Amino acid sequence: MTPEIKRVGAFEGLPAFPATSRVKAVPTGPLARILFRGSPAAAASVSAVFGAPLSTVPMRAGEAGGRAALWLGPDEWLLIGRDGEGEAILAAIAGAVAEPHSAVDVGHRNTGLVLSGARAVDVLNAGCPLDLHPSAFPIGMCTRTLLGKAEIVLWRQAADRFHIEGWRSFAPYLLGFLAEAAREYA
Amino acid sequence: MSQTFRRPEGGRIKRNKPVAFRFDGRALTGYEGDTLASALLANGVHLVGRSFKYHRPRGILTAGAEEPNALVTVSRDAARSTPNLRATQVEIYEGMTAESQNRWPSLAFDASAVNDLLSPIFVSGFYYKTFMWPAKFWTSVYEPRIRAAAGLGKAPELPDPDRYQSRFAHCDVLVIGAGPAGLAAALAAMESGARVILCDEQAEMGGSLLSDPDVTIEGQSGRQWSTDVIMALALSDRVTCLTRTTAFGYFADNFVALAERITDHMATPPASSPRERLWQVRAKQVVIATGALERPLVFPENDRPGILFADAARTYLNRYGVMAGRKTVVATACDSAYLAALDLHRAGVEVPAILDIRREGGALTAAARAAGIRVETGATVTGTRGRLRVASVEFGHVQADGSVRHDAVLPCDSLLMSGGWTPTLHMFSQSRGKLRYEEVTGRYLPGRSAEHERSAGACNGTMALGAVLDEGYAAGENAARAAGLATRGTKTFAVAGATTPDGQVLGALPHDRNPGRVKAFVDFQHDVTAKDIKLAVREGFRSIEHVKRYTTTGMATDQGKTSNMNALAIAAGALDKPIPAVGLTTFRMPYTPTTFGIFANTSRGDLFDPVRRTSTHDWAAAAGAEFENVGMWKRAWYFPRQGESMHAAVDRECRTVRAAVGIFDASTLGKIEVVGPDAAEFMHRIYVNPFLKLEVGRCRYGIMCRDDGFVYDDGVVGRIAADRFHVTTTTGGAPRVLSHMEDYLQTEWTDLKVWLTSTTEQWAVIAVQGPKAREAIAPLIEGIDLSKAAMPHMSVRMGTILGVPCRLFRMSFTGELGFEINVPAAYGKAIWEAVHARVVALGGCPYGTEAMHVLRAEKGYIIVGQDTDGTVTPDEAGVGWAVGKSKPDFVGKRGLARADLLKPGRTQLVGLATVDPKVVLEEGAQITPDADPAPRTHAIGHVTSAYHSAVLGRSIALAMVERGRSRLGETLHVPMPGGAIAVTVVDPVFYDKEGGRLDP
Repeated sequence: MTPEIKRVGAFEGLPAFPATSRVKAVPTGPLARILFRGSPAAAASVSAVFGAPLSTVPMRAGEAGGRAALWLGPDEWLLIGRDGEGEAILAAIAGAVAEPHSAVDVGHRNTGLVLSGARAVDVLNAGCPLDLHPSAFPIGMCTRTLLGKAEIVLWRQAADRFHIEGWRSFAPYLLGFLAEAAREYA
Repeated sequence: MSQTFRRPEGGRIKRNKPVAFRFDGRALTGYEGDTLASALLANGVHLVGRSFKYHRPRGILTAGAEEPNALVTVSRDAARSTPNLRATQVEIYEGMTAESQNRWPSLAFDASAVNDLLSPIFVSGFYYKTFMWPAKFWTSVYEPRIRAAAGLGKAPELPDPDRYQSRFAHCDVLVIGAGPAGLAAALAAMESGARVILCDEQAEMGGSLLSDPDVTIEGQSGRQWSTDVIMALALSDRVTCLTRTTAFGYFADNFVALAERITDHMATPPASSPRERLWQVRAKQVVIATGALERPLVFPENDRPGILFADAARTYLNRYGVMAGRKTVVATACDSAYLAALDLHRAGVEVPAILDIRREGGALTAAARAAGIRVETGATVTGTRGRLRVASVEFGHVQADGSVRHDAVLPCDSLLMSGGWTPTLHMFSQSRGKLRYEEVTGRYLPGRSAEHERSAGACNGTMALGAVLDEGYAAGENAARAAGLATRGTKTFAVAGATTPDGQVLGALPHDRNPGRVKAFVDFQHDVTAKDIKLAVREGFRSIEHVKRYTTTGMATDQGKTSNMNALAIAAGALDKPIPAVGLTTFRMPYTPTTFGIFANTSRGDLFDPVRRTSTHDWAAAAGAEFENVGMWKRAWYFPRQGESMHAAVDRECRTVRAAVGIFDASTLGKIEVVGPDAAEFMHRIYVNPFLKLEVGRCRYGIMCRDDGFVYDDGVVGRIAADRFHVTTTTGGAPRVLSHMEDYLQTEWTDLKVWLTSTTEQWAVIAVQGPKAREAIAPLIEGIDLSKAAMPHMSVRMGTILGVPCRLFRMSFTGELGFEINVPAAYGKAIWEAVHARVVALGGCPYGTEAMHVLRAEKGYIIVGQDTDGTVTPDEAGVGWAVGKSKPDFVGKRGLARADLLKPGRTQLVGLATVDPKVVLEEGAQITPDADPAPRTHAIGHVTSAYHSAVLGRSIALAMVERGRSRLGETLHVPMPGGAIAVTVVDPVFYDKEGGRLDP
């Protein structure tokens, strides 16, 4: 007996985000995610094998070859890769990093969506208290922050495109909050 | 006949867009651009409300946010009804329905107006003095009746169907108020390249320039200048211009709250639009340009409809093309009333006289006389007549000795008054800035700042338009520079045709009437007269804060905007002290009333709080589960079958687990991955248990204390690798346990090479418990030897289930053979379905949190936070065996050695068996040695858990009881309203004391 083992994404079955020309929110689908913790030296070793560089500048994402490393703290980076790459990334880290460190698979803990459009900043600022002006939150910046009552990781990928990571069970709240804020731009 | 008081031309209303509306059921018309107040005045309606206490007829007094009289209820439907709106701020729209308030049966005939005749008994502190006895009558009789009689508008009883939104915003310079000072400030800040937010409470920016036809700025009319500046600001992508937006609260670190009213002025608001938006602005620098408010003159009967502020009448004339009357007497202590008189005179309104309290008159006295207006200087109003509208004014001249000699009666249909101007200090004062009193001009002005702000224009005491503009521009420039921007320096504006409104009077005016009989109102909204304030002082109230509360002056929805300074002057006079020695009452937020909706905002319904659901939630819902809230989580509580009660379902689920097997979703348990070469050392220190020697692949039940020695959390910990632990916490404790651990790592044990990662949501956790648990999962698991020898109780293995990687724990929270399957969360539902099918095939069933609670209580397993309460040590909770006695240190070790925790007599966990096995105790109930304890008898403990046990066929309970373990066999009592329940103290393990079922 080997029944079909189906993955159920956190956004499955939720009401669709009311996409408009001015703002839309699209789930990223499954991604590989590793939470890496260690010293900057350990991070440098990871950069060599991961592809995307682990920034030593606070709150900056390094991106290359479809992978990204988001600085979340002085000893903490969120590594994002394509779905299915998690095991390989963990193995590469284990093989390459001699310094003490921690690498933990959080591919199912986190869930992601991309918010984009001319009104993306306004919609985010309905619940995110940060200054998202390009002078304060430029492209490539990332941070832990709040959206309403939920913790998120926010990463600006383009002037009007943001990658939002939240914990799986918060997906309905995050999507609902963004949809409510976007209603007036429909 | 409609709008008979509308001038044929002039004003900023759109005459090609008539608007039909209703006031108290009467059909009226106005124009787009009208406020409700200007439209009512255009129709000759002055009477708009009844006063709070005496139910005296009241009219429109002002043209702005300070309005104390014209409070109305505006309704779109039964749910969309807003009381206590100021008609002076409400914009009319087609089909609007507005109602006056505080009158019955009608505005023109109000039964409660009898209060006015009884007013000699309604003195200050009347309620305190009269309704003193019997004491219990206050809440049951007096207060409800007083409130019913005195209340203002009525709140709607239906849920608010409107939506509200919120916006966090940042800027270099926030400018509050878009009058001449604010516009100049915003202009300067914009020119420096600053990010600017400019807000104004009105529908249109421009402030006083909108109602001044005479001034020119830089060679343009004032109105054109402001239009051009507003256009330039609006076109800049660095400037956010917000109209209909009130800055209502100023908080620490230049955090300013703005309320934007988006749809209230629309006849048919778009369904997609929020009604209001709360702006939470963090500004590097703030320019306060909130202007000034005119004050009333305190003369007898100064409150009749038809009596209004002089500058308000000028605004109605010039901005709305509306005449307040046809025969208008003007009483003043300030030049600004002359401007109103001259404009009205020019517009063809008869002005019988200007009565100027100042002996020498003012700057415009000669001009008024030259225009043919009679001006009486040193003159004051001594009374007015008219029932629902002022009909005549009595006046006299003030004599050298201060007395007043009556002169004449002037018939009129309106009376304007101006006592001078009060700078609007609310925002500055809310920012905790210190006020200073300027003796020469008798005004409070902004003094020392507490925040990064500056005031400009009339709110800063600067009244001459040229100086206002220069000061505004300089403030904007200064703010931009302080925010770190390069600026162009200050600027001087060329202004012509402006008159500086000099002159004022504070307090009550003299008159020739019986002071014990006349009413000269200070606070119009709360019906406080000059006499009331003097009485309060006579009765011993010295502090202005006490006078305020005793007389209720300044306590209404208008927060004393028009009354505070006069009240203060009268109190100071009565106390024979200078004004600054008496002090000023606190300016509180909000500046004007603010809806509850804007505060609740989107936090309602599904968005009230995040609702967290596990990956099996939809399956459980389809299976008919009832859910309970555990923190933000929804957990399956029990799974009733068709027609089954909760009691029956829980009994069945418990029996099934004990007899066969049950499946339970334990995904909400907190999980933390502890990784690093020092992981074991860290665990050894943070838990009371020893961890250094825990073998890879084995588990331990860990107890965590705070440094005070009290149990903080518990959970099973598995050692995945030499440098990796899989920690579980209670569902509710997950975030605080992670913080607690992170706190120690970052502050106490920075030497440890170990890192923490929350994995609560990485894993779906499926507990399979019961004698057939192994049989249930065996066919699905690959790569793990499930045999008793290979996988003993309290072990963890890695393998796959149906091809999905899993961490399999052998552990039990039921006392039965048990496994917990951890799979990546997205696979949770599919794996659950597969395991569930196996469980059902073996005669098992899913069980919920209620059965889980019963099963663990039958075994005496504690739940931290239910059986413990933050004052219980591991030993007292019955898990003292977990404490590593030989460990040199751990968090809580010193706490546990405190003398108080070693004293005999502390509570200990025990079981309670009711003498009557059918009786289930109430959790939280107190325990006493006697069946019928005297009142205030010391309770020796309390019930922490109590259930019916189907397997045992009786009730069971856990309790914390003083010296409980020494009382085994004793009979104690649980006093309840229906009589005490006798219980026997027993061992907390009710079922399978030997533990054989754990490892069959």
